[in-house]
Amino acid sequence: MEKGKGAMGNRKWAVDFTDNSSTPSSRDIPDPPGFTRASHDQDDSTLSRQKKDAEANWKSQKAWEVAQAPFKNLLMMGFMMWMAGNTVHLFSIGITFSALWQPLSALQGVGKVFEPYRDNKVDLVGPKLLFVALNLGGMLLGVWKLNTLGLLPTHASDWVSSLSPAHEIEFSGGGIALH
Amino acid sequence: MIYCSNHDPPAPLFFLYSSQRNPATDLEQPKSNLIAMAMAIKLSLLLLFFLSSLIPTFSLFEDQVGFMDWHQRYIGKVKHAVFHTQKAGRKRVVVSTEENVIASLDLRRGEIFWRHVLGSNDVVDKIDIALGKYVITLSSEGSILRAWNLPDGQMVWESFLSGSKSSKALLTVPANLKVDLDSPIFVYGGACLYAISSIDGEILWKKDFTAEGIDVHQLLLPDGSDVVHAVGVTDLSQFDTYEINVRNGGLLKHASASFPGGISGEILPISSDKFVALDARSSILVLISMKEGQIDLQQTHVSDLIHGSSGNTVILPSKLSGIFSISTDTFIAFIKVTNEGKLDVMQKVDKMVVVSDALSLSEGEQAFALVQHGDSKIHLSVRLVHDMSSNHLKETVKMDHERGYVHKIFINNYVRTDRSHGFRALIVMEDHSLLLLQQGEIVWSRDDGLASVIAVTTSELPVEKLGVSVSKVERSLFEWLKGHMLKLKGTLMLATPDEVAAIQKIRLQSSEKSKMTRDHNGFRRLLIVLTRAGKLFALHTGDGRVVWSSLLQSLRKSDQCTDPTGLKLHQWQIPHHHALDNNPSVLVVGRCGLSLSASSAMSIVDAYTGKELHNMGPAHSTVQVISLPFSDSTEQQLHLLIDADKRAHLYPRTPEAAEIFQRESENVYWYSVEAEAGILRGYGVKSSCNLGVPNEYCFETRNLWSIVFPSESERIIATVTRKANEVVHTQAKVIADEDVMYKYVSKNILFVATVSPKASGPIGSATPDESLLVVHLVDTVTGRILHRMSHSGSQGPVHAVLSENWVVYHYFNLRAHKYEISVIEIYDQSRAENKDVLKLIVGKHNLTAPVSSYSRPEVTTRSQSYFFTHSVKAISVTSTAKGITSKHLLIGTIGDKVLALDKRFVDPRRSLNPTQAEKEEGLLPLTDALPIIPQSYITHAFKVEGLRGIETVPAKLESTTLVFAYGVDLFFTRLAPSRTYDSLTEDFNYALLLLTIVALVVAIFVTWVLSERKDLQDKWR
Repeated sequence: MEKGKGAMGNRKWAVDFTDNSSTPSSRDIPDPPGFTRASHDQDDSTLSRQKKDAEANWKSQKAWEVAQAPFKNLLMMGFMMWMAGNTVHLFSIGITFSALWQPLSALQGVGKVFEPYRDNKVDLVGPKLLFVALNLGGMLLGVWKLNTLGLLPTHASDWVSSLSPAHEIEFSGGGIALH
Repeated sequence: MIYCSNHDPPAPLFFLYSSQRNPATDLEQPKSNLIAMAMAIKLSLLLLFFLSSLIPTFSLFEDQVGFMDWHQRYIGKVKHAVFHTQKAGRKRVVVSTEENVIASLDLRRGEIFWRHVLGSNDVVDKIDIALGKYVITLSSEGSILRAWNLPDGQMVWESFLSGSKSSKALLTVPANLKVDLDSPIFVYGGACLYAISSIDGEILWKKDFTAEGIDVHQLLLPDGSDVVHAVGVTDLSQFDTYEINVRNGGLLKHASASFPGGISGEILPISSDKFVALDARSSILVLISMKEGQIDLQQTHVSDLIHGSSGNTVILPSKLSGIFSISTDTFIAFIKVTNEGKLDVMQKVDKMVVVSDALSLSEGEQAFALVQHGDSKIHLSVRLVHDMSSNHLKETVKMDHERGYVHKIFINNYVRTDRSHGFRALIVMEDHSLLLLQQGEIVWSRDDGLASVIAVTTSELPVEKLGVSVSKVERSLFEWLKGHMLKLKGTLMLATPDEVAAIQKIRLQSSEKSKMTRDHNGFRRLLIVLTRAGKLFALHTGDGRVVWSSLLQSLRKSDQCTDPTGLKLHQWQIPHHHALDNNPSVLVVGRCGLSLSASSAMSIVDAYTGKELHNMGPAHSTVQVISLPFSDSTEQQLHLLIDADKRAHLYPRTPEAAEIFQRESENVYWYSVEAEAGILRGYGVKSSCNLGVPNEYCFETRNLWSIVFPSESERIIATVTRKANEVVHTQAKVIADEDVMYKYVSKNILFVATVSPKASGPIGSATPDESLLVVHLVDTVTGRILHRMSHSGSQGPVHAVLSENWVVYHYFNLRAHKYEISVIEIYDQSRAENKDVLKLIVGKHNLTAPVSSYSRPEVTTRSQSYFFTHSVKAISVTSTAKGITSKHLLIGTIGDKVLALDKRFVDPRRSLNPTQAEKEEGLLPLTDALPIIPQSYITHAFKVEGLRGIETVPAKLESTTLVFAYGVDLFFTRLAPSRTYDSLTEDFNYALLLLTIVALVVAIFVTWVLSERKDLQDKWR
């Protein structure tokens, strides 16, 4: 990419040079037969426009690709989770946590991921939305997994399990007469 | 909290969890707790969950024995002692005790060579030594005769003597009588006289005295003769002597003489043909002499013999030949019987003097010992029978006054190098301790009062004081490091055998565990035990040593308190918040007589020093002591003592306590269980007593409810309540699929077991059709029967334990011919609707509102029964500080061991095919019998002989509970029912950890330097 930009700058300087040589000929000397100046000029400008268009296309295409990347991840995660089973142990915990962590870290760096594709002509909202949605999906998957592992307080038992017994108003003691 | 365990490397744990389907690996209860724990706690406790996932057994390694447990062996108060002093070999004494123990003790050190506990229904009557190698014991009212090998205590033979009626038990082992190469032993028991071969215990002959109606008092066998003299009384007014041939039991001669005055007490032999007895009014001494088959009676008035004597005359049982001793109100008199039958008073001594039997020295000389109690010392004198005037030997021995008076003395002689006689005396003290005196010194002493513990409580130790000197810290730090380096060596298998021994020594004698200060984990405590002798002991839980002992003045025999017995021990003052300067104290309640209406005696004893702070002399009677859940500003617990007239007396007697009680009195109830009448009664507090004098600490009570069990069908045999200090963590029980059940947790539940009267005897006395066991759960505030269940064809004895919302009880099933354990769990149906998560989140529920028994909550119960192999002596349950840790039942088996059984084995929700969710919850598949895993015996190789009770005390560390089992022996250990998930184990190697950290730091530093260098090189390239 950098090199491409450099080439464009070079050409500007080259254009000046050719312009200087061609200006007198364009005024005094008629163009040789078969030579059409207009088409040349036109061709030059269309070429650069075309190139820019292609780049934008390419950027937006890439952006969409990047945006879709978490989908593969999602599938992968799903498979891993299925493999891990529904019991709490090191493996399933590790997978669930990575399923929660990966989307989170990805969401934090949304801007950075799409930085290279920033362009006035490229609309990044679509890919970004897709990216966010897919990552949220991944996170949901992780949360869902957490729930299937029974680690989310979604049951009554989670809220009452450490509820201490109610205070008793009355007190009673006694028993068999002491011997 | 540190979740770590150096026992379980993480790798195998992982595999354990990947094989989750195996129910054996996920047995632990905390798992269900954990899954239920809300929010982030859940996640943080996951590690805990990994660690607590092994089968919960208490198996130890061999070198861990004695590490956190101790075991002490006792014998009880000695009744009778027989010395055996072989010329060669170890000197020993054989004793029988009131705990029905026969033991052989080392005379040099007092250690037990061997010991047998015969059990509470096999009372030892007599012991003796036969043939110089057998210990002969007669027990169960003269119906069982056993011979034990003297050196090792193996039983040689046993004879059952089936008498026709109960009578005295007498045993005579002739020293040198030979009948056909055999040395017979003569036993009188069950109104029959037996001659028994001492070689194999076979009955040689039997002479029945039932028809004669004689009550034989003495069996005599004069030296050198082959005639047994049986001397006794018929109808309390006629002396009879029978002379019986030792060879065949043939009656040779019978003589009798009637004495109209009647006989009281025993006939005491003076010589082979003279006896002495007292008449029915204890005022006339009767000298019985036999001459040529004729009985000659001679009467002497006691008042003639001893001037100024007043009643209460008793002939002392000490057998002194030629003389006898009588005790009166004020003194003891020795009376000589001359050959002509005259009685001469030889000497009078103080009433507190204790007299031994006569001991025959050489050349027909006989000696006996007298012990007199002085001020913090005792005077022992040995006198010769024929020369009473002078002391053969007089010694003064310093004696701890906490041992009280001398109760019994046994003497034995030995020949010194200068051929004079030396004496050793075995004395039994008021506190049941046993001491050996020799040459004016206490050679050894045994605190055998600890064999009869009747009540146990605990006390915290003092808080460690600030300002420990630096040098001490440095030294201990150095020692600490040294110890850990040794351990490290041991772990890495580099230690020499000497070092291994040193490691083991460090582990067992760690000063840490026997310190006299409070520890962070709450392992170090004082066990305060009350013994039958009325002595209070404080034992250190670290090593079991006696920290202090105190013979309670209120429980000593005195004029006001003639027959004192200890009843109960309660914590009186437990300072933790306001009164930290005060020492904790305990309340001892005793009774001065045998009847329920006898006046009570109370003491308050400082738990740190054993000093009696208050001594409340004979007061009202006490049938019940209730520790109220209120305390005053000095942290004294309020207690109610209920007297025989159903009045409640409040203690401590301070206006503040009265005010607190007045405020709370409308919610204080009490109940009585009248087992004989089959009635439960509940009472409430009514008003102050109306005894003429105003007494604001005495309250009248009124009967609120009664439950009368029909006497023709039900008889109360057992009642159990929850332990007052038990802590319950939660009211909810989380079951499979995150469902929840609400426990009915009430401190006012009483478990009552009744059996049909026919089945109240021993097992086998009733047919299955006749016997019915009914168990009830009663609310003791309202008298409401919460649950009632009957087990047909079952009978007692019932042992039960009630904890949280469940009761577990053990009984005998006559139809199956097996013992069974049943469990009942009670759940609160009125709370079952509280299942809406949203409501629970915003706190819209009534689960924490105070509850009243009068609201009559709906309850449901679940129960299940299982077979259990053992018969049981006691059941208890572990208790922890917060009640989170899973519980284990502690079952004292008939073999005097304590078995820990996971409560999950007695879970009424067990089913044959548990669902997947239930399996994950930790529910075990149902089996018909409860497993007995040998590793689960917490007493491991030890036996707690004569096991009577198991006490559990929570440590401060939630995972751990302290267990104290008592009987004739004492045993203490520490249990972690779900393993020590909240601490590193004791043998965790800190040195290894330190070393690892240092190594890691070094490695980090080295690699950092290396990488810097490499970077530099790269840049120069």
